[in-house]
Amino acid sequence: MNPTLESLVACMILLGALFALLGSIGLARLPDFFTRLHGPTKATTLGVGAMVLASAVYFTATRDGISLHEIAVMVFLFITAPVSAHLLAKAALHRGKEDADQ
Amino acid sequence: MMRRLLPRPALSLTLFLLWAVLGNAASAGTLLLGLLLALLLPHVVSPFWPDALRIRHPGLVLRFGARIAWDMLLANLAVARRVVGPVKALHPAFVEVQLDLRDPFAATVLGSIVSLTPGTVSIDVDRERWVLQVHALDAPDPEALVRQIKQHYEQPIREIFAC
Repeated sequence: MNPTLESLVACMILLGALFALLGSIGLARLPDFFTRLHGPTKATTLGVGAMVLASAVYFTATRDGISLHEIAVMVFLFITAPVSAHLLAKAALHRGKEDADQ
Repeated sequence: MMRRLLPRPALSLTLFLLWAVLGNAASAGTLLLGLLLALLLPHVVSPFWPDALRIRHPGLVLRFGARIAWDMLLANLAVARRVVGPVKALHPAFVEVQLDLRDPFAATVLGSIVSLTPGTVSIDVDRERWVLQVHALDAPDPEALVRQIKQHYEQPIREIFAC
């Protein structure tokens, strides 16, 4: 693999790792449930996006043919992440109401 | 005839492409199986799916996708800065967006996009009042956030699906 591609892949992996880390820091530092929801959604969008892209570039460059199934990973994550965040938020809202009623 | 064979052209196309991408190779066997699945699966799921929306402006979809990708990048950076900065300075807020669209699927798409752009998570779509409830990590000006969601995301979605 040529050095330009290699450094591109390295940069994308680092970027992905950085945003995954920032997402986790958010999860740890933010004060309440609803603000904490924001940390993980960030890790999935840019963090995983960058890593998956790096994987696609790497395996396309080193193996025969183009590697595209990483794109499927991204599509499934982008479809499922909002759904899980939505359900978590809804559950929290419901619990909050119950606690207030008691 | 065409409609009987392909009740959901967009779903069929998506399934076929997804299958080809998952197989990672364009071998004849993979593509044939993908074609078979793309033809059969829409028939299996159509009884319990509400009427699908038709995409009226495919060209707009690409432009809209590019804009979302760009917004995601900017929002990621903005949220990253806030997460490492002082937590006390944040203004978390629940925001209600009064929707102009009137379609459950389009509302779901809007909600998903709002959740995917960091800093906002959609919490509930009220289909009686057509209100999208959003939680924002840092919204010192909730009005501006509502305007942004309506202009950047709802408006293009309404154009794309013509609803």
